[in-house]
Amino acid sequence: MELNGAQIVIQSLKDEGVEYIFGYPGGAVLHLYDAIFQQDDVKHILVRHEQGATHAADGYARATGKPGVVLVTSGPGATNAVTGIATAYMDSIPMVIISGQVPSPVIGSDAFQEVDMVGITRPCVKHNFLVKDVTKLAETIKKAFYVATTGRPGPVVVDIPKDITDPRIKIPYKYPKKVSIRSYNPAVFGDKGQIKKAVDLLLTAQKPIIYSGGGVVLGEASKELIEFAHTLGFPVTNTLMGLGAYPATDKQFVGMLGMHGTYEANMAMHESDVIIAIGARFDDRVTGKLDEFCPYAQIIHIDIDPASISKTVKVAIPIVGQVKQVLDQMLEIIRESKKKPSKKALESWWNQIDQWRAVKCLEYDRESRLIKPQYVIEQLYEVTKGDAYVTSDVGQHQMWAAQYYPFDKPRRWINSGGLGTMGFGLPAAIGVKLAFPDSEVACVTGDASIQMCIQELSTALQYKTPVKIINLNNSYMGMVRQWQEFSYESRYSHSYMDTIPEFVKLAEAYGHVGMRIDKPEEVRPALEEAFAMKDRTVFLDILTDRTENVYPMIESGKGHHDMTLRVAPGTSTDRELA
Amino acid sequence: MKHIISILIENESGALSRVAGLFSARGYNIESLTVAPTEDPSLSRMTLVTWGSDDIIEQITKQLNKLIDVVKLIDLEDFVHIERELMMVKIKTTEHTREEIRSLAAIFRGKIIDVTPTTYVVEMTGPSSKLDAFIAAIDGDTIIEVVRSGPTGISRGEKGLHL
Repeated sequence: MELNGAQIVIQSLKDEGVEYIFGYPGGAVLHLYDAIFQQDDVKHILVRHEQGATHAADGYARATGKPGVVLVTSGPGATNAVTGIATAYMDSIPMVIISGQVPSPVIGSDAFQEVDMVGITRPCVKHNFLVKDVTKLAETIKKAFYVATTGRPGPVVVDIPKDITDPRIKIPYKYPKKVSIRSYNPAVFGDKGQIKKAVDLLLTAQKPIIYSGGGVVLGEASKELIEFAHTLGFPVTNTLMGLGAYPATDKQFVGMLGMHGTYEANMAMHESDVIIAIGARFDDRVTGKLDEFCPYAQIIHIDIDPASISKTVKVAIPIVGQVKQVLDQMLEIIRESKKKPSKKALESWWNQIDQWRAVKCLEYDRESRLIKPQYVIEQLYEVTKGDAYVTSDVGQHQMWAAQYYPFDKPRRWINSGGLGTMGFGLPAAIGVKLAFPDSEVACVTGDASIQMCIQELSTALQYKTPVKIINLNNSYMGMVRQWQEFSYESRYSHSYMDTIPEFVKLAEAYGHVGMRIDKPEEVRPALEEAFAMKDRTVFLDILTDRTENVYPMIESGKGHHDMTLRVAPGTSTDRELA
Repeated sequence: MKHIISILIENESGALSRVAGLFSARGYNIESLTVAPTEDPSLSRMTLVTWGSDDIIEQITKQLNKLIDVVKLIDLEDFVHIERELMMVKIKTTEHTREEIRSLAAIFRGKIIDVTPTTYVVEMTGPSSKLDAFIAAIDGDTIIEVVRSGPTGISRGEKGLHL
């Protein structure tokens, strides 16, 4: 088969099994768009801003486990994509980004819409390629998918100069079935000796805890984690990125840990004597003050990325490998050993944990005359029967969604954890809805975040992706305001916008349904009405308590045991902002 | 502590900037960096001198290994090794200092490789500390220019860094 460069790109994507490309055309990719026009196998989703393309592809990837694919033009198209690429990089999301580049002969001459994409993205990609020869095109694309999806996944950029996709130059096409890269051999199985040592330590633990992260989701190891936890009877805490990998409604689950984690999760971490970290990376929002992190614990760390091990927290037993395989290996050794953890020790450990649980750190003022954001999330959980895909933006609403929507399945909770990218939620929801048109998809957002990629409402209409936008509108950048309240004596410097748009009209202008809710009793009926509109995107503008803060909280510079809890349950939290 | 890290890396455009970028992005120290193709033209060998605590050096080697273009690397501190650096020094001379510089260069096993009526260029190889010592031994006011390659190194014995 003889194809030109543009056709090779599209045919390679097809051979790779790509369903959707999220993109935006421009000069350097016109040949590619012409090739897209002449086929129907790979569907192109036209976004309204390249950042939206990257987040939509990212949401698709997080929900499906398949790589997301992005196509952008050179220069501003490429730079607009960078935020989304960095977002995917920080959360290890497999993505392939194809960017157009000015023709090879003019590279380096400051040509129109030229930017050094390979240079700009170097620190925020797993790898990137500049294609210099059309005969290397198919192989390079194969390599990009291989690198993006194996080992610790991540985004890979393929920068293609316009002359490489010249329709006049045809060459024989063959998509390689396999590629290998001599310098890239990600680990699979863990070292047996290390695993044996880890099992011995686990079986003698008195106050153990399983701390699992996004790696369990990415590594499709949820089933193994559940079996592992049930076999040992240990408490489990998840990171923000790991939510859903262990069922939140399981009795061994003690909630999320870290800055806005539960009291019981953080206290259990602090007091534990053995921690097994599984696909988690000891992020600073998890550890709090490093010097005070888990002072009594010996730590076992399973991770596919050796560089994640002992990066910030020194561990006793590192195990490099795929979490799924390593957990299987561990389970086998546990079964063979016929030993069990001390029943007595575990019983007293669980008693202690139950005392921490009794603090009820997630209680909030249920009698308030204002709409409490926590209440909205709880209602969302009930209306969607806990089975929705929930995307979020970044800030208070993100934490509330993580705290009050108990996820029981992996890949249901879609948020920008590492980079913390406002504007992520809506385009990500579109990507998820394309992947799962029959599932409910909710985007939990806030009045500040939603405005960062609001233009994608137009994309949602064009491709009929009826998502439900739950806008927790407090007229503030709530998390910024909260920090200013705690750390800057309530000097709310620029965390407020006094010209917030009328979201109902805005939604209607984009062809969707808008609803404004300002009383607690309206929340449930409005959610039910919105989710009953199966074929419409509904924007629920919910006016919530403007003063509400996210609790509990480990303030910066403090340890896990030093959490700020909210006021005692039962007392009113209605107040005016200072 | 100072470490010499030897890296085999794909001889491709951009490979050097990936290494240099890693060091600046993560705030690692870099004292010197030399790079040249090897007998296998698809590979370059890079020698990088850095310093830091054991934890930092461990992170540096892990992060370098994580770069897709890095094929293999060793920390020469883990081996008995030989370190060499090339230096050329251009020195102002007068009639009565020429003899002294010649003998000093000879003591350090340097060679005079360029002579003008008023200057010498001395070429010298050795561990960096020896080159430092030579510089310290001559009058600083007479130095016009010093150019150093940065150290390279190789392990002793049969073991080596290769594919």
